[in-house]
Amino acid sequence: MNEFFSMGGYAAYVWTAYAVTAIGLAGLGLASWRRMRALESRADRLRAVRRSERGQA
Amino acid sequence: MHRFANPARFLRIARAVQPWTAAAMAVAFAVGLYYALVASPIDYLQRDTVRIMYVHVPAAWMALGAYSTIAIASLVSIVWRHPLADVCARAAAPIGAVFTAICLITGSFWGKPTWGTWWQWDARMTSVLVLLFVYLGYMALWSAFDDRQRAARAASILALVGAINLPIIKFSVDWWNTLHQPASVFRRGGPTIHPDMLVPLLVMALAYLLFFVTTLLMRMRAELAAQRLEVAAERRALALEGAE
Repeated sequence: MNEFFSMGGYAAYVWTAYAVTAIGLAGLGLASWRRMRALESRADRLRAVRRSERGQA
Repeated sequence: MHRFANPARFLRIARAVQPWTAAAMAVAFAVGLYYALVASPIDYLQRDTVRIMYVHVPAAWMALGAYSTIAIASLVSIVWRHPLADVCARAAAPIGAVFTAICLITGSFWGKPTWGTWWQWDARMTSVLVLLFVYLGYMALWSAFDDRQRAARAASILALVGAINLPIIKFSVDWWNTLHQPASVFRRGGPTIHPDMLVPLLVMALAYLLFFVTTLLMRMRAELAAQRLEVAAERRALALEGAE
């Protein structure tokens, strides 16, 4: 297990490269997901409001 | 092609497909990372630093892949005025920029222990850095216009001009004397890399590709929702004007 983490003495390089990749992809994926959720729920709410307005008129 | 032009139809397909691409991505990352970090052999010269290849090379491929997506979508936008093409191109840009940044940073952390330097102004590295700037310029251009149509037109032209950089990146290692190694997978005569390393590399590349597709669909859905909200706000503003 120790061998795995030490990466033959190159731990600093290998793990930093993987960490940068993980942070980059996870950050972008999460941000994209949250933006999609926020905008779609606002658009859906707007449509529901408009539909109910039309129903009253 | 035009059957997908309808945004409602696109949204239906995107919502149906997305859970599957996300699940497949998770599986591909789990398998790929296990092979990349544990099961694949070390290199006789590079030792464990070769493991950086599994995050660096797919990032480079997808940096070019995302840009190709933007260039093709931009061409479709200019020629056929396909409304989803602009949405696709704009949505792909931040993903491509992140892939390019990952490629440059992980390359640096690979270069230091193997070449003895973090950075070198040689053809491959410089052309990939230019790609990052093209991505950033493309994204800035989109937000520089108030009018969506005009932004789309300007961005499409920039994207097509910037596509000149793609063959320069690909062939930079053959045309110039660079520190970067030449292609060892997509080359005439087949890959020169051993299957024990090639298979994990391709699994990681598949994971990156699925990440791109999943994130692209999410960003396109967000963009379409933003457009709906914009149209509604405009309509409301006009209605208020009419009521006065």
